[in-house]
Amino acid sequence: MRQFFDSLVFAAVLVAIWQGLHWFAGDIAIASPGVTAERAMVLLGSPSFWGHFRETFSALGYALAIAVLGGMTIGLVLGLHRLSGEVAEPILVSLYSLPKITLYPLILLIFGLGMSAKVAFGAIHGIIPVAIFTMGAVKTIAPVYFKTARVLQLSRRQLVATVVIPAAIPELVSGLRVGFSLTLLGVLIGEMFASQRGLGFLVMNAIGTLDVPTMMAVVLLLALVAVMISAGLLYLDRRLHHRVA
Amino acid sequence: MKRATWIRTLVVIGFVLLLEGLCRWGVIGRMTMIPPSEMADQLWKLLQSGRYNGHIFETLGNVAVAFVSAVVGGFVIGSILHSLPRARRAIDPFLATYYAIPFFAFYPLLVVIFGLNAAPIILIGFLFGVVAMIINTMNGLDRIPRVLIKTARVNGLGPLRTAWLIKLPSAAPQLFTGIKLAIAYSFIGVIAAEFIMSTSGLGYSIAYAFNNFDNRTMYALMLFIITLVTIVNAFFHVWERRIMARRGQ
Repeated sequence: MRQFFDSLVFAAVLVAIWQGLHWFAGDIAIASPGVTAERAMVLLGSPSFWGHFRETFSALGYALAIAVLGGMTIGLVLGLHRLSGEVAEPILVSLYSLPKITLYPLILLIFGLGMSAKVAFGAIHGIIPVAIFTMGAVKTIAPVYFKTARVLQLSRRQLVATVVIPAAIPELVSGLRVGFSLTLLGVLIGEMFASQRGLGFLVMNAIGTLDVPTMMAVVLLLALVAVMISAGLLYLDRRLHHRVA
Repeated sequence: MKRATWIRTLVVIGFVLLLEGLCRWGVIGRMTMIPPSEMADQLWKLLQSGRYNGHIFETLGNVAVAFVSAVVGGFVIGSILHSLPRARRAIDPFLATYYAIPFFAFYPLLVVIFGLNAAPIILIGFLFGVVAMIINTMNGLDRIPRVLIKTARVNGLGPLRTAWLIKLPSAAPQLFTGIKLAIAYSFIGVIAAEFIMSTSGLGYSIAYAFNNFDNRTMYALMLFIITLVTIVNAFFHVWERRIMARRGQ
């Protein structure tokens, strides 16, 4: 309880700093928390905002589905086969730390402007962390499980479905959490650079028309939604790890 | 060399050759991608002409400032938070969800505040990297074995010598993770910020070439960034291995 109260105090401090910055920098640079919240309410009531919102989050949904399915498959294959895992891991790690924004022009040239480019760009952000986490999860499964599976003469498919995936689920959720954040980032960067729809476009458009309150309201709403989803995944993550430990 | 290293080298070479072949035979059109050999050739010409040296040094400078300030700042903040358990528990949920917030949405805001110069770019790189360093510093300090601290006390080491001889080496693996993430994140932050909105730097040059259908320059610069980041990562990887090997882990 006290911890919750402390966190609330910290949040209040952040809002106070925001207000302080507003007084310091003026209306042109930073809208005050009050004005931003007001504008956020206006946005929430306008249908055009929800159109952009749907655009961004459906792109996120598709990208995340591709990232999770693709990443898990890659991770499972590499985790179960030792040599290919050893071969691939450093490649994956260096791909992970690559600034993938440099590849965005390539994606645009392949997919053209629009939804599919955003989905692809989001997916390449998310797929690698999911693959790395899945591979790590499969590799750290206790060998006795595999021996048991061999004794029970499970087929490859049964092994994956009844042993590997259940044992790896806590780590998979951790990977999903990281993957979610990066995929959202990828989709938004995609929208900020070359797009006519979506929340990223809305932010860029607002700065073009020097509409600071709208810009900040969109960022605030985005951050709130992202934090809520991430907090939900974090809760799940901790519970699953707790159950295993 | 180990077998896996050989295979990995072959896989990478095979992939590049495949791309080369696909581009040469026209499976991948020239408007989409140019063959890797042409990218390298063009990059060599660009580097020799020195036309992009200004952009290159600017980006590297921004990355360096963002990286160093993220590592130093993250280390200091992490150490302070580690010694204040109550504040740490209060801030923990914010740190855990920090990376879910799409940072680049703040970039236009920073541009409005600081103007269109290096400051918002460096700040984005810093903000991106610093929290990874904070989290890893705290994790590292958490994992120092109690017995080592006691040994230090028995041997009458002062706080400074304890920090230098016991705490720092014990926390080193986590600190290294933090440093590696910080370097990756400062590259990503700086280049993405330049890409979205700026007037110079490598990210800007790539976006500019893209908008002008100058595929040769664009791919040459992309190749440059990818090669550079890979080399930097490999350097840290080898360095970390060496330190770990010396400790017999």
